[in-house]
Amino acid sequence: MLSRTVLGLARAIPRRPFSAAAMASSPSPSSSQTPVEDVIREKITAVLKPSTLEIHNDSHLHAHHKAMEGSTSRETHFRLIITSDEFRSKRQPARHRLVYGLLKEEMDQEGGIHALQLRTLTPEEEEKQRNEAKE
Amino acid sequence: MLSRSIFSRQLLCQSASALRSTPTTTQLVTPFLRPVLANPVARRLLSDATRQAIDKAVASAPVVLFMKGTPETPQCGFSRASIQILGLQGVDPEKFAAFNVLEDQELRQGIKEYSDWPTIPQLYVDKEFIGGCDIIVSMHQNGELAKLLEQKKVLAIEGASAEEQQK
Repeated sequence: MLSRTVLGLARAIPRRPFSAAAMASSPSPSSSQTPVEDVIREKITAVLKPSTLEIHNDSHLHAHHKAMEGSTSRETHFRLIITSDEFRSKRQPARHRLVYGLLKEEMDQEGGIHALQLRTLTPEEEEKQRNEAKE
Repeated sequence: MLSRSIFSRQLLCQSASALRSTPTTTQLVTPFLRPVLANPVARRLLSDATRQAIDKAVASAPVVLFMKGTPETPQCGFSRASIQILGLQGVDPEKFAAFNVLEDQELRQGIKEYSDWPTIPQLYVDKEFIGGCDIIVSMHQNGELAKLLEQKKVLAIEGASAEEQQK
């Protein structure tokens, strides 16, 4: 919980040179060109230990949408493909809730993540889909 | 084509009237209550009035979609995809209602907390939360949605009389 708050602060106040706490919890997100994507990767990797993690930034496809009027962020629409053991014995809504929960702060924020498309699989399901695609 | 227009009309009626049909919910559109929303903490507390209004919305039809815009003119690609899938599946217009969250800020925030789901659209079948657009699409593709809708008897039956449909 603490690291989350610190992270949020670090991103809200960029370029604060001596923010030791922020440095400790993440590799200086303020200097990144893709701070939101970095946070997504960091949080999902830490908690879900995914065997597959694809993060697609589709924001440019939606930049002209009415809901995006006045938004300056280039990181509003993401599509994630996550394969993780953590999804085992969880149904799809529960899996999505888990991911939404991890990114709650980023989604709640004004100008934060506006849309998040999710594809959440277990390793077995991924394998099965791969085999089906081959056939 | 006929069924499609019935579909839309009914949806529009429902979405406009259902949330305002009880005295408690008329408060939702009172502008004086709005400043409360400015407080981020208060925004997360779902009021009893809102919860009851959403309870009622969820129970207003066997298949309920909370969406951005109307079925005729969706205001978001994900809402559009969801409504198209429900149409493709052949959901009976008589058993369907859509609510436009853009019409009501209280509903827009409230439904997220109510469902513990931060995005729109949201699909309910028999008052049970099914999922958002990605789940609707994948259930459509893998056949689970067809199975569910058939099981819940919410599909329009081609050529059957209304009486038969009710059985």
